[in-house]
Amino acid sequence: MRRALAPAAFGAALAAVLIALPHGLSFSQQEILVFLTINVLVVASYRLLALTGEWSLGHVVIMGVGAYASALYSKEFGVFVPVAMLLGACTSALVAMALSYPLFRMKGFYFLIGSFAAGEIIRLLWKRFRDPFGGPKGLKKIEPMPDFDIGIWRFDFFEPTSYYYFALAVVGFSLWTMWRIEKSPVGLTFHAVHWQDRLAEAAGVNIRAYRTLAFVIASGFAGLAGALLAHYIGTINPNSFDIEQMVYVLTWAIVGGTATFYGPILGCVVLTGLNEILLRELGLEQGRPLAYGLVLIGFVLFLPKGLEGVAEKALKALDARIGPGMAEGRRP
Amino acid sequence: MYELLAQTGLNALYAAAYLSLVAVGLVLIFGVMGVINFAHGELFMLGAYAVVALYTEFQMPYVLVAAIALIFVGCVGLLMEFSMFRPLRDNPLGGLVASIGFLVVLQALVSMGFGVRMEHVPPVTQEVIVFSEKVRLPVQRLAVILAAVAFLGALWLFLKRTRFGWALRASAQDREAAALQGISIRKTSMLAMFIGGALAGIAGALTAPLISVNPNMGHSVIVAAFIVIIVGGVGSLEGAVVAAVAYAFVHTAVTTYWDGVIADIVGLMLMLAVLIMKPTGLFGTADRA
Repeated sequence: MRRALAPAAFGAALAAVLIALPHGLSFSQQEILVFLTINVLVVASYRLLALTGEWSLGHVVIMGVGAYASALYSKEFGVFVPVAMLLGACTSALVAMALSYPLFRMKGFYFLIGSFAAGEIIRLLWKRFRDPFGGPKGLKKIEPMPDFDIGIWRFDFFEPTSYYYFALAVVGFSLWTMWRIEKSPVGLTFHAVHWQDRLAEAAGVNIRAYRTLAFVIASGFAGLAGALLAHYIGTINPNSFDIEQMVYVLTWAIVGGTATFYGPILGCVVLTGLNEILLRELGLEQGRPLAYGLVLIGFVLFLPKGLEGVAEKALKALDARIGPGMAEGRRP
Repeated sequence: MYELLAQTGLNALYAAAYLSLVAVGLVLIFGVMGVINFAHGELFMLGAYAVVALYTEFQMPYVLVAAIALIFVGCVGLLMEFSMFRPLRDNPLGGLVASIGFLVVLQALVSMGFGVRMEHVPPVTQEVIVFSEKVRLPVQRLAVILAAVAFLGALWLFLKRTRFGWALRASAQDREAAALQGISIRKTSMLAMFIGGALAGIAGALTAPLISVNPNMGHSVIVAAFIVIIVGGVGSLEGAVVAAVAYAFVHTAVTTYWDGVIADIVGLMLMLAVLIMKPTGLFGTADRA
């Protein structure tokens, strides 16, 4: 009884906190909350890709594909913004599908470099072709989400709080979907492809098809995150999706750890929080890339399992002290 | 027409010179240590900033500054080996990720020290060798070409003729077997990182008066170097040089006829094509990854 209730109670409490959260914050903190919500989706989708064992350096560019596509659909063809976002996500997935043919002929180092090269090609295309991508200055005045009223709350999407609720709903649904995928037989096969690729292949699993599937799904969600970002900030350019952004995503994933679903999200939330509390308060916002670089190196060197490794250890210690299964309801 | 070809050839030769200095270092590091150093473009950038700091600001003699850049960036390479690649010896992908972190750190430090603006390095020499009206070679470019030939020649002699060179090549071929023969992997790794860093540093120092120096300049260099080492085969020093020359000619020609961005795209496409069809590179033999 107790075990069944605990996760539900935990979920309800989490939802309450997430809904109440923006009301205690200042305007700029609310804006950061919106970015954080979007970044959680980026890093969670990155983990889905990493599940099959390949680390891409093109994920942020794929996210940019969704952003550019969604912005262009709404701008050039007048597509209703939420629909444009979905179409943007589909575009990212399709581009990923096309890229998967060359990229999945490579593994390890070659895949990393290949994904980096593919991302660079896309970024250079944005830079080169002023029409329709706007060249180095990118796209400006991207259509914002249209306002609407649901009775208890009037959504005015220039308000960060409104956009936060919208992003929260989209990201929450996406995370739930990714969670379900991971727990499904398909997700278990992803794990098998990563850890036992020879065995899986011998058992008749089409390794490349599953790698492609993970890549396409992850890219779709990354594209959705990009679209959410584009219609919020209203202006994007090729440098919004450069290697520095990729380093942030890598750092979140490595700091959090990629063995569990919550690991990368934890990394993203903790680092963003520290960034806001430490760097901004001290007026060292300029030092963000430096801090991220050092944190990335530090975790690779000293804590390769990331924060989730620390969390697991803490939970185990707690388990040992107060009896198995009590520390966290759903743990056996 | 012939004049245009000749001028394109001279431009390409110059590009090939500094590119091969960067790419050879990258290949050497990969060969001996098994990691791809993503921060190699930033080592090039450090070399250029050494010139900004010492030559532009303090007006030290250029040749001395170049020598200092060589040693300084070589030592930064040693620092990377010591602090990241050695502890991560059994985790080459981790080494790559750490080097990405190092890239950001170097960029951030240089931006803090010098600002993100473009630095203007006054020309060391204004002299131009005039072959004909349309075919000219600035002496500074000639210096880059000659320096590349000299340094790569010296490296070649070092690798083929000295005991250290033998050891370095042996550990690049088979690390464990080399260790069993009593070769110190620690020493050869340090040597490879020092040489790799020093070559990138001298390339940056020599080209600094010819290009725009800014904290992000390493990016285009590392992209070009990746193209070169993939096309040449990641394990082959000779392949890297040949690929650097070939790539520089293609890139310069496409830049002359269309523009630089198209040339970059063409280069990256070439690299993807090689990765798909022959991942060991056109000149490579062994597959190490």
